[in-house]
Amino acid sequence: MASRIASRRSCWSMREALLLTAALLVAPVAHAQAGAEARRSGFTYATPSTQALQQDDSQNPAMLWVADGRVAWNKVDGEARKACADCHGKIESMRGVAPRYPAVAAASQRVVNLGQQINQCRSTRQRAPALAAESDALLALATAIAFESRGMAIAPSQPAPAALKQAQARGKALFHERIGHVALSCHDCHDTLAGKRLGAAVIPPGHATGYPIYRLEWQKVGSLQRRLRNCMTAVRAETPAWGAQELVDLEAWLMLRAAGMPLETPGVRP
Amino acid sequence: MARELEVVSAQRRRLLRMSAAGTLAIVLRPLHANEPPTPLLADLVKGFAAGAVTREGRVKLDIAPLVENGNSVPIVISVDSPQTDASHVTAITVFNEKNPQHDVAQFTLTPLAGRARIATRIRLATSQQLVAVARLNDGSCWTHYVNVVVTVASCTEE
Amino acid sequence: MARALVTLPKVAKAGEVIEIRTLIQHAMETGYRRDSDGAMLPRSLIRRFTCHFAASGKAGPGDLVFATTLHAAMAANPSLQFHFRASSTGSFTFAWDGDDGFAHREQAQLLVNA
Repeated sequence: MASRIASRRSCWSMREALLLTAALLVAPVAHAQAGAEARRSGFTYATPSTQALQQDDSQNPAMLWVADGRVAWNKVDGEARKACADCHGKIESMRGVAPRYPAVAAASQRVVNLGQQINQCRSTRQRAPALAAESDALLALATAIAFESRGMAIAPSQPAPAALKQAQARGKALFHERIGHVALSCHDCHDTLAGKRLGAAVIPPGHATGYPIYRLEWQKVGSLQRRLRNCMTAVRAETPAWGAQELVDLEAWLMLRAAGMPLETPGVRP
Repeated sequence: MARELEVVSAQRRRLLRMSAAGTLAIVLRPLHANEPPTPLLADLVKGFAAGAVTREGRVKLDIAPLVENGNSVPIVISVDSPQTDASHVTAITVFNEKNPQHDVAQFTLTPLAGRARIATRIRLATSQQLVAVARLNDGSCWTHYVNVVVTVASCTEE
Repeated sequence: MARALVTLPKVAKAGEVIEIRTLIQHAMETGYRRDSDGAMLPRSLIRRFTCHFAASGKAGPGDLVFATTLHAAMAANPSLQFHFRASSTGSFTFAWDGDDGFAHREQAQLLVNA
């Protein structure tokens, strides 16, 4: 039951924290199709106390999942009796990996998100059973790995390999498709109405910069797929199963839409 | 009821003193000035105080007036006290008005704590009043009542 | 299995008041939520947190610094920040106990310079 006992300084140097905050608040690059709220991170719409929670590693509850993930990284597992560290070395070597996902997995040549990539490694390299979608075990590993790229620009492969390009195109089409009893598309709220209000909340442009994310509503860390399924439930649409192609395609499109924005994992949102 | 009258007459006395001095200034109400206590919370405070003298002041319950999500509401409770062997806070209790249960937390402090300042995060089911009550080693109790507005998330899973 | 993060300085001057921040992973299930089938999720909370300090050389967990009795109104993954007046080098014991046999302990050292 090891845990990390940190010195009083957070993981962030003051300079890093200031740079990231400046990057998040600076006027964004306008996206051709979107309105004035084009490229603002959801961070900028959160209250100061929610923002403070994200910026303080001693307070961000998602850091508990990062700590868990770091322990899991070094844990031997599966019939092959290997830990992630045995192939990949220290977890710090994962810097630069998360900003590329979803990506084409080398082994299967399919477009996968980071969680699916982790499970692919588990089954092929460790010969261990896949971790259940949205389980704390999988979220911990994904959050710990993505945490290593915090502050880096989101960077799906460009030019995109064919499979990724097709996934992004399918995702973009889904983003513009009206769904559910309420007959709304992602585009309707998060492009056209971004910056306006739904109830008491401001509608953010929905750039997926902080995933896996600690959502106050969930009281725990969750994936981008969970957030997408939330929205679909909210418009009274059928939700695809975890890991469904449509969800991965949407993720691929969202990460292209957010390309260049800094990764904030682990973000905190209401 | 008696305590409310006590507070009101104290305010009246202060106003009379100020006007007598010829300087009737406009009193700006600070953001977290004591709200009139709801009867439910006043009763809970009375139970905690168990007969001890209870006054408003010295303890401050800091909480954002408008809360984004009731699942995680940061609060800071601080008491004007040197927290030494001679003079220190021994306990602080927080009650809420409209959650299914009215207890939030009870804190025990000792002189080793050095400073009577606690920060944590709580859950609020809806807009309501809260109270922090601090007990000092001399037996006196101090209160701060605060009203909070809680908004609900628009896009939920349910 | 619980994960906890405790943040405090490693070194302090005698007489200095330091801040201690604790965070522990726990759903703090209130007993008022329902699962997706509509069944009530049973209450399961951390009920008690204590922080003790023992000066070096002294046996046992030492003297009580700060304690909290938690209720359902405490947020999930409870965070508790409090203070400590340093006087001598020693070690902290942090203890969380709760429903369904939940128990978690952490320790931390503090070096105190005169």
